[in-house]
Amino acid sequence: MVLGCAMAAAAAGNEVILIRDADVYPVNGKAMKGVSLLIQDGKIADISPKIVPPKGARIVEAKGMRIYPGIIDSGTELGLSEIESVRETVDTGELGEFMPQLKALSAVNPDSEHFGVVRVNGITSAVTFPSGGRGGGGGGRFGGGERQLISGQAALIHTDGWTWEDMEIKRSAAMSVNFPSLGGGGGRRGGGAPDAIDLTPDVAGANGNARRAFDEQVAKLNEFFDNARRYQKAKAAKAPGFEPDLRFEAMLPVLDRKVPVAVSAARANTIHEAIQWAKKQNIKLVILQPREIGKAGPELKAEDVPVILGRVLALPSTEDASYDEAFTLPSEAYKAGVKFAFGTFTNEFVRNIPYQAATAVAFGVPADEALKAITLTPAQIWGVADQLGTVEKGKVADLMVTDGDPLEIQTQIKHLYVKGREVALTNKQTRLNERYMNRN
Amino acid sequence: MRRLLLAALVALAPLGAETIVIQNATIMTVSKGTIKNGSVVVKDGKIVEVGEKVMIPEGATKIDAQGQYLIPGIIDCHSHIAGDGGINEGSISVSSMVNIKDIINPEDIAIYRALAGGVTTANILHGSANSIGGQTIVLKMRWGKDAQQMIFEGAKPGIKFALGENPKRAGNPQGRGANGQAPVARYPATRMGVEDTIRTAFNEAKIYKATWDEYNAKVAHGEHPLAPRKDLQLEALKEVLEGNRYVHVHCYRADEILMMIRVADEMGFKVRTFQHVLEGYKVAKEIAEHGAGGSTFSDWWSYKVEAFDAIPYNAALMAKAGVVVSLNSDDAELMRHLNSEAGKTMKYGGMTEDQALAMVTLNPAKQLGIDNRVGSIEVGKDADLVIYDKFPLSDYAKVQKVLIDGTVYFDRDKEVSAQAAKDAEKQKLLDKLKQQNQTTPAGGRRGGRGGE
Repeated sequence: MVLGCAMAAAAAGNEVILIRDADVYPVNGKAMKGVSLLIQDGKIADISPKIVPPKGARIVEAKGMRIYPGIIDSGTELGLSEIESVRETVDTGELGEFMPQLKALSAVNPDSEHFGVVRVNGITSAVTFPSGGRGGGGGGRFGGGERQLISGQAALIHTDGWTWEDMEIKRSAAMSVNFPSLGGGGGRRGGGAPDAIDLTPDVAGANGNARRAFDEQVAKLNEFFDNARRYQKAKAAKAPGFEPDLRFEAMLPVLDRKVPVAVSAARANTIHEAIQWAKKQNIKLVILQPREIGKAGPELKAEDVPVILGRVLALPSTEDASYDEAFTLPSEAYKAGVKFAFGTFTNEFVRNIPYQAATAVAFGVPADEALKAITLTPAQIWGVADQLGTVEKGKVADLMVTDGDPLEIQTQIKHLYVKGREVALTNKQTRLNERYMNRN
Repeated sequence: MRRLLLAALVALAPLGAETIVIQNATIMTVSKGTIKNGSVVVKDGKIVEVGEKVMIPEGATKIDAQGQYLIPGIIDCHSHIAGDGGINEGSISVSSMVNIKDIINPEDIAIYRALAGGVTTANILHGSANSIGGQTIVLKMRWGKDAQQMIFEGAKPGIKFALGENPKRAGNPQGRGANGQAPVARYPATRMGVEDTIRTAFNEAKIYKATWDEYNAKVAHGEHPLAPRKDLQLEALKEVLEGNRYVHVHCYRADEILMMIRVADEMGFKVRTFQHVLEGYKVAKEIAEHGAGGSTFSDWWSYKVEAFDAIPYNAALMAKAGVVVSLNSDDAELMRHLNSEAGKTMKYGGMTEDQALAMVTLNPAKQLGIDNRVGSIEVGKDADLVIYDKFPLSDYAKVQKVLIDGTVYFDRDKEVSAQAAKDAEKQKLLDKLKQQNQTTPAGGRRGGRGGE
């Protein structure tokens, strides 16, 4: 807080850089040992065994080092939340039940200390979400109004840039919808009881009430979507007296399947309901933070609905669940053939996303698949696989140069490039370290 | 119902201690380097031999740890598990009369989960709601035993102090109570008040101690004076002044850490550990001079204002200044992977393997004064051991087996192979419940879900 701005000393965006003699791990193919990689105009201009350095190119010797694509975290509040417990520093939770017009992007603070902290661990882009609502800034954390049903547009951003426009990759990566939960709890914070208990027949008990509340919420959502469709038709028909409406306007890309709806659903039955709802509404769906795949696996696969897994290092969701329930969830998704990426859903833990992937490997996911889940797969899910997610000629030069396997804790990142700019591997924390290391 | 399921689903209590040889392991002893391909012999709950070649006692059970790693049981110097849900007696500023020992719940599933994460010993602390909190207790994760049998026998008891935002929160109450009245503020409301609360309490404790010392001296001289009145609140602080109770201080900012050191110096007691101590790196020299340990997080930060200058280099910087440093969890989830938390001190701050591993084994043992018993793999120490499938300072590693006092308390192979039977048993119980619900008229049902 005392130290100056976190903005890394970004060199001119169009510096020509030649990284020589590195091992390139492209993610979508075999490693290429001892090759050179050329960065030009912010893009990967060439990868080959020998590249003649263009005039004025800066040469980075990288013998024995590895080049990977930058890591993508698919669930964060980066730029929107600085100190979790101080509402003045939190901009994730707005008031209002249906607020699709809200955009996370333009509330992103490029000078948030979090960006510098996550960059040094190789995270070059992230999806930043508006959350649960209730106002007071903090997604219900600070009390306030009603829970939101639609809380706004999540943005895919680079973790480095002078302004939010500079950081923007996709200003509307997803529409954040708070789909009701069948199992109690639910919403962004997960929760909910397991299926087996939900299915206990109960005519007048708590489950009956839960079902009624669920149906009411879904009916409300449907009404809003129906109205948005009427608006769409009226607009297309240039109906007399048509007036623009910002909320419905924001829904058009969702109705056109250009922007997916992102829904937190912990339990298999809620996932099932969400998939059925999305089908009925003919919209694209992404499931966030499931706590089980189970019976929903085949449906997720068949309907091609991707999931963003939350923290792998998490407690089991119920007291009697297996101790490794959360550790084995990624492998469950993998075995079911479900497309999955990782998200950390708390800014504090974004920098640990590679280690969450490592835990998934320990409990059954092949290492290359875990790496994909923080690079190529999220790029595909968020519709930017033509720009990000692999080390390939023509892609944006979001790259990390490491001295080893990026999922291993001890591995150090030696160089980081965001949009082809070399980013200094310093932040508030490295500066405090330097300063107090030399205290007398 | 939950209890019933729990009892049915969790592995049963382990067998009694037997003679065991763990063979072919990479043994990270912590205190005496790493043995590439060695064995450890365990007898009567103790480590009796460690080396590349050992004498295998007749009838010993052999555990082949080929390609695997053996480390001492992990010790968590800051945990609130097994606390029966309530660990904060926050109604008063000095709650030194209450004791966590009285509320240990040996059936807390968090104990088993911690065990499955390689934790064999944990320091169970009172919360941080008040400047001087309640008394603490060290437990071994002997899952299946009762509360009394979980207590680490002979470990010196402690007491929790707290500085900064948490203890002053009750002095700055937010909002209104249920009756529309503003809640009553509890002193202190500032860091100044926290200092005053602690100093005042020790001023009283010193007077109290003097009264008892005088009485005891008279008794020793054969006199028959009237005994002073026993004060349980001051009794715990008297024990602190006598060096018979460790002080564990929850703290964040450098100023409050330094304040605590000066107050302790003035009152004549030692702080045993500073807990969290996220800005410890700023006053590492003073902490080392006082002789206190530092028990911190590897990389937590930004969750509140006093955690905004937290840096992942904290552990390494304090260690380099001569502080005995441990990494703790304060959290039932983090507790399950302290091994990889230790690995982070190699990434941030360049600790060696031994230094890193010591931060979750030998160092917390030293901080709790139990390093004669646990914390390293040495002959004569308790056979509290963890087998990992891979290099343990990494998230690629998972716990295979955990021994406490030479008894296997966790075995992943058995855990995995028993899962199907547990699932089947659970389904059976649920089916039974379903049936009961169907035969019971709606509304007339008692207990079960919704009725809890």
